[in-house]
Amino acid sequence: MSRKPYVREMPRFAWVFRHPRYLRYMTRELSCLFIGAYTLLLVAGIGRLAEGPAAYEAFLEALKSPLSIAFHVLALGFAIYHSITWFNLTPKALPVQIGEEFAPDWVITGAHHVIWVLLSLGILSLAGAF
Amino acid sequence: MSERLVEVEVLRYNPETDSEPHFQRYSVSCEEEWVVLDALNHVKETIDPTLSYRWSCHMAVCGSCGMMINGEPKLACKAFLRNYEGVIRVEPLAHFPIERDLVTVIDDFVSKLARVKPYLIPKEDKPLSAGEYRQTPAQLKKYKQYTLCINCMLCYSACPEYGLIPKYIGPAALSLAHRYNADSRDGGREERAQEVAATEGVWDCSFVGACSEVCPEHVDPASAIQQEKIANMVDWYKEHLMPGGAK
Repeated sequence: MSRKPYVREMPRFAWVFRHPRYLRYMTRELSCLFIGAYTLLLVAGIGRLAEGPAAYEAFLEALKSPLSIAFHVLALGFAIYHSITWFNLTPKALPVQIGEEFAPDWVITGAHHVIWVLLSLGILSLAGAF
Repeated sequence: MSERLVEVEVLRYNPETDSEPHFQRYSVSCEEEWVVLDALNHVKETIDPTLSYRWSCHMAVCGSCGMMINGEPKLACKAFLRNYEGVIRVEPLAHFPIERDLVTVIDDFVSKLARVKPYLIPKEDKPLSAGEYRQTPAQLKKYKQYTLCINCMLCYSACPEYGLIPKYIGPAALSLAHRYNADSRDGGREERAQEVAATEGVWDCSFVGACSEVCPEHVDPASAIQQEKIANMVDWYKEHLMPGGAK
């Protein structure tokens, strides 16, 4: 009896729709595009600032356009989604064993979220948001 | 005891006559407490003796009856028919070649498992007269969950990275490597690093986390792999940035 194993090719992209968990994963991965684009925008802003006050004012004015606001809302949404889902995974990467027992997941996740909120508030306050 | 008629659609492949697999549907009169494996056994015993599949213990211990049930990797002995509605689609584990019907070719996993040396490599050999290698309950707890792996390979079928990059060592083998790396009696981490710290080792994992979601024994391979990534990264920094390249 001869062997003739049959190999099923994995679809290059369609696997994402096989289960919601893969869609959630790809959303987290794709969020980096928006975060990356926002970083480039900040770099462009620094460039305009170096060019002088008039160029920077024009840059700030351009940020007020509806397209820019839509991008910011989208980028913020993805950044929050990425941060929350990433912090929710931290107990897997950083389990903390105290004595015999492991600290519950919510303690590790919660600590990350609390530090995130505090740092965000600190940065916002430095930026004069309050 | 109530009976109901269940339609089971099984992917069939006969390497001697078929050029590609095809689905075959069976109507099975099932009892309330039956699992998918019972339905397959019923088909084999009363309808179609040519149906091929692996199974052994029927109690989620041996890890033989892993298959895709409605597209999700499951142990057929743990998948209760009462939890499914409509036609139940049964296919061989994804990402593995099909040998025949629901039987897959698992050579790739077995060789990868051997490559990570999933056994204790003592730090120093002691003579028998020196007694046992002792361990505290806390040291045991550090790796205990990873000892529960039954090599059923559901995690490989759930892992898109393994599907896309066949060289990837994969969740079960890597979490078993971690099981021994995390054992206080073991001294084989550096030997295993050759496989574990390689690109095809932990670094091909992009933390999808599906492996941990489908594990029937509630092992958390995703956690093992991320912990190994951190340990290997620390090793790398120590080697490249510390004076003398101390490990």
